[in-house]
Amino acid sequence: MSHPTGRRLAHWAPALTLAALVLLVAACSPDQYPQTTLRPRADYARDADAIFRLTLGWATVVFVLVEGALLFALYRFRNRPGAADPVQSHGNTTLEIVWTIIPAFILAMIAVPTVRTIFKTATKPGPEALQVEVIGHQWWWEFRYPQLGITTAGELMVPSGRTVNLEMTTVDVLHSFWLPQFAGKRDVFPNRYNNLWFKAEVEGNFPAQCVEFCGIQHGRMAYRIVSMKPEAFDAWAANFNQPPRDFSADSAANPLVKQGQALFQAKGCVGCHSLYPALPLIGPNLHHVGSRSHIAAGTLENTDENLAKWIQNPQAWKEGVLMPNLGLKDDEVHALVAYLRANQ
Amino acid sequence: MADTAHAHADDHHYTATGIDNRKLAIWTFIGSECMFFASLIGTYLVYKGRDVSGPMPHSTWLLKGVEQEQMLEIPLVTFGTALLLFSSFFVVLALNGAQRGNRKQLLGWLCATIFCGMFFVGMQVFEFTHFAHRGMGYTTNLFSSTFYTLTGFHGTHVTIGLIWLLSVLAVALRGKLPPEKSLNLEMAALYWHFVDVVWIVIFPVVYLIR
Amino acid sequence: MATTAIEQTPAHSVEATGLWSWITTVDHKRIGILYGATAFLFFLLGGIEALVIRLQLAQPNSTLVSPDTYNQLFTMHGTTMIFLGVMPLSAMYFNFLIPLQLGARDVAFPRLNAFSYWVFLLGGLLINVSWLFGAAPNGGWFGYANLTTKQFSPGMNIDFWTVGLQILGVASLAAAVNFFVTTVNLRAPGMKMMQMPMFVWMSFITQILLLLSFPIITVALVLLMIDRTFGTHFFVPSGGGDPILWQHLFWLFGHPEVYILILPSFGIVSEILPVFSRKPLFGYAAMVFSGVFIAFVGFGVWAHHMFATGMGPFADAFFSLATMIIAIPTGVKIFNWIGTMWGGRIEFKTAMLFAIGFLGMFIMGGLSGVMHASPPADLQQTDTYFIVAHFHYVLFGGAIFALTGGAYYWWPKMFGRMLDESLGKVHFWLMMIGFNLTFFPMHILGLNGMPRRVYTYSEESNFKLLNQLETLGSLILAVSFLVFMYNIWKTWRIKATAPADPWNGATLEWSIPSPPQVFNFPALPQVSTRDALWEMKRAAGGSVPEPQRVSGKGIHMPNPSFYPLVAAIGVTVTLGGFIGGSHLPVHIAGVAILLFGVYSWAFEPA
Repeated sequence: MSHPTGRRLAHWAPALTLAALVLLVAACSPDQYPQTTLRPRADYARDADAIFRLTLGWATVVFVLVEGALLFALYRFRNRPGAADPVQSHGNTTLEIVWTIIPAFILAMIAVPTVRTIFKTATKPGPEALQVEVIGHQWWWEFRYPQLGITTAGELMVPSGRTVNLEMTTVDVLHSFWLPQFAGKRDVFPNRYNNLWFKAEVEGNFPAQCVEFCGIQHGRMAYRIVSMKPEAFDAWAANFNQPPRDFSADSAANPLVKQGQALFQAKGCVGCHSLYPALPLIGPNLHHVGSRSHIAAGTLENTDENLAKWIQNPQAWKEGVLMPNLGLKDDEVHALVAYLRANQ
Repeated sequence: MADTAHAHADDHHYTATGIDNRKLAIWTFIGSECMFFASLIGTYLVYKGRDVSGPMPHSTWLLKGVEQEQMLEIPLVTFGTALLLFSSFFVVLALNGAQRGNRKQLLGWLCATIFCGMFFVGMQVFEFTHFAHRGMGYTTNLFSSTFYTLTGFHGTHVTIGLIWLLSVLAVALRGKLPPEKSLNLEMAALYWHFVDVVWIVIFPVVYLIR
Repeated sequence: MATTAIEQTPAHSVEATGLWSWITTVDHKRIGILYGATAFLFFLLGGIEALVIRLQLAQPNSTLVSPDTYNQLFTMHGTTMIFLGVMPLSAMYFNFLIPLQLGARDVAFPRLNAFSYWVFLLGGLLINVSWLFGAAPNGGWFGYANLTTKQFSPGMNIDFWTVGLQILGVASLAAAVNFFVTTVNLRAPGMKMMQMPMFVWMSFITQILLLLSFPIITVALVLLMIDRTFGTHFFVPSGGGDPILWQHLFWLFGHPEVYILILPSFGIVSEILPVFSRKPLFGYAAMVFSGVFIAFVGFGVWAHHMFATGMGPFADAFFSLATMIIAIPTGVKIFNWIGTMWGGRIEFKTAMLFAIGFLGMFIMGGLSGVMHASPPADLQQTDTYFIVAHFHYVLFGGAIFALTGGAYYWWPKMFGRMLDESLGKVHFWLMMIGFNLTFFPMHILGLNGMPRRVYTYSEESNFKLLNQLETLGSLILAVSFLVFMYNIWKTWRIKATAPADPWNGATLEWSIPSPPQVFNFPALPQVSTRDALWEMKRAAGGSVPEPQRVSGKGIHMPNPSFYPLVAAIGVTVTLGGFIGGSHLPVHIAGVAILLFGVYSWAFEPA
């Protein structure tokens, strides 16, 4: 007396399941996901990944055995015509003991490496590490390098092959800083520093985003992690420590850039955005913003078009962000874009 | 035998444990309230000693550059505490009177209980206003906020207990509290004891331990 | 003052009808139905919120809803599903079944029971009224400080949340006291604790968890409300407050809360599996003790929600080990459920399909939970969709499947009609497919970097394909619920003629007519074993006759009362006066109504 739709569904269910599984498997390959945690590229991430694979392995074994037992029971003990009344067993103490001890044993196999890894990853690196202070803001990330006298925002530049030690805090609400490719995550709290460290094994420009709900624009509080060879990193740091170029005194400078520089002062941008390599203000530091790969807290590629779009109306892309819509005219925007682009 | 069991179960006082439902309910509620006060006391302890400025419980502090005495005034509160503890004893005597049908004993000791409770609340009101005059508002610092919140919630519970005891007194005065209805007083008395026990924890934690 | 539940009014052999009889009802069966209907409607609302979320996430950079609306949607979805969905659906079963399964006429405090329902309804309405103000709660269902302090959440959104949850807390606490006392004191003569149906045991443990955990979140909410209203600094860093205190208080409640959510479902499944396997629950004592152990240890694992906060290696290790330990009794339960079916004669009725579905899905949710019991792994998984997958597997694949199975199972007892079995199977398969399609890909998305609580994602992330699959799955889920509602509507039109015992049940509720008469049992049963009804049938040679409806003369039932509703209004108004600041006239009015309600209740000639 089974309903026709029910029967049709049950008939197609295996095929549909297979199709869904195929799609899922296709979507499974971690390499298509730039923010994946499954391709660890630093020591910390590898330790975390090892524990993940250990637990995944055991979970798979248990899954196959237990779901298998369930499916077997459903098949073997389904009611068939003429079947005898089942034995009214109430329990079995031996079984209870066995199926308490075996899971405990499996969990011990997970617990021991877990505790070992917890303590290993809690040990702060020594003085050879590069120190970076990470500061969360609603809705962007600030990075300071106390050893180098650098303040920047949006992109965490690190040398590969060298331990980087992150000391992290926030100036407003809780955020969480995550390096899925290199390390786990840590929440950031006001008036406190949390610590994370890693040694990147590869170079590249990787995306990441804030991972603790922090208000209206939590979804667009992203950043980039840019790992580069140590020589390249040193060159970047040295270059960064140059003061901002003053185009007003430069007769060879593009007039649009000069106009942009003047507007940067006149329109009040300087009130929030510093162009000095070591000076933080309430907005992201824009020193050398022209050469960053992304803007708007890692959410827009740093093209002239995007930069213009952002400056024209930040609220349109990121409603609620603290940067107001200044009501700039098109030519003013172009000038500012040119100026910022020249700041490399 | 089954019939007497049925009849017994349908008797409107039947309980599987022999404890009246309402008495068991008060105990259950008290258990829950213990967690409520444990959380408040925990919060007080977490923030204890974390203030860098403002009124201090057991040390001097600066108000606009002028040194002030420690905020907590132990003698008055100790007296109030003693009265509250005695009131628990008095309500036991009142309950005994109710259970034995001794109207004078019931009314007398119940009034004594209520009087002690009112004194305690009065003392707290006085204490709070005095502290406010001395410069400790609700939001002044962490100590002030946790102090007022913890002792304030306790004081509110005492007040509710007083309203309850006064209601029972009114019923007793109208002669509607015979021995078979003494459970009504017993429930209020249990709640009153609980409120007292909570204070036995709060008083040392806040006032005595430095 | 009032005396106990069983009072001096003759029972009516024909039950009162009409709106007023429902407003003043103190009958646990009617209150159960009220809980169920109200909770189901809130569940649908939460489901619509989820559908909008899924539609927004179907495209990268979608602008279907604004960021703030999205934040309100996910906050309300979580809050609604937990407090207005799963918990009151469980309460429907507590209400309807506990007195019946214990062989009692009603709960210990019928008017308190009605009070709990009205407070729940009013609290749920209040928190949803916020939508009309465009100020629905938007700080997440977990409301982390210091985002939820006045400085960073200046609107009324969080006020609705703190006040609404406090009101709902009152309802839960009152009900917990009631069911605790009922279970301890109103068992049928001869019924020892270790002979109670497993549903009653699991519910009993749930009440204890409620009693001990809700006060903690009450304190957290009160402190936040005081911060927002009076300017204290409990969670405000500039005044010395520490946001981590919020997390500790919240999760000290929050972890027992997840057991509150799942234990009743454990109980439901423990009722359904034996009946449709034709053999008793395997390992009754082990099931009781594992439930007690889970509840007890459940108070010791809260900070596994806080592994990313930097508590230090010793705290991390402790909470990790405690969390792994809890997996052991949970596993014991799963094995005992399989053991129940093993060697049985399994009937695949719809209720049984949902119970089996529960088992299959809960196993998966439990395994992913063990995966994040380990901090090093969790530091990659926490706050990602991997966690979203985990808790939906246990809460939807677990609780909702079980609660739905319970509906098919107990529908005839509650309403005297059977739900259609064929439509039920369509419902089950659609739900199974839709559920897995929606939530399985979330495991993959989470491990590949998609964080939680984000209103959109970039093209570059490549999250689009899996999100679209999930959205498709959610639409299939929606259809499954339409099938369910159609089933209810279609079968409602037939006369209520279901037999007392359509499934060959083991417990006492099946020994009385469907639906039961207001006094439940003509004569209270005498019990001496587990599975009391199976025992009675065995003693009677295999079956008992269909119970007849009787006049109920001489049985005293409690009078209906209007004052529980009045008192509930009083509570709501008193606490509601904290929305948008403290409004003294509102508080005073609320307290006056409350006092009037309470005193009238206390002194009414019940």
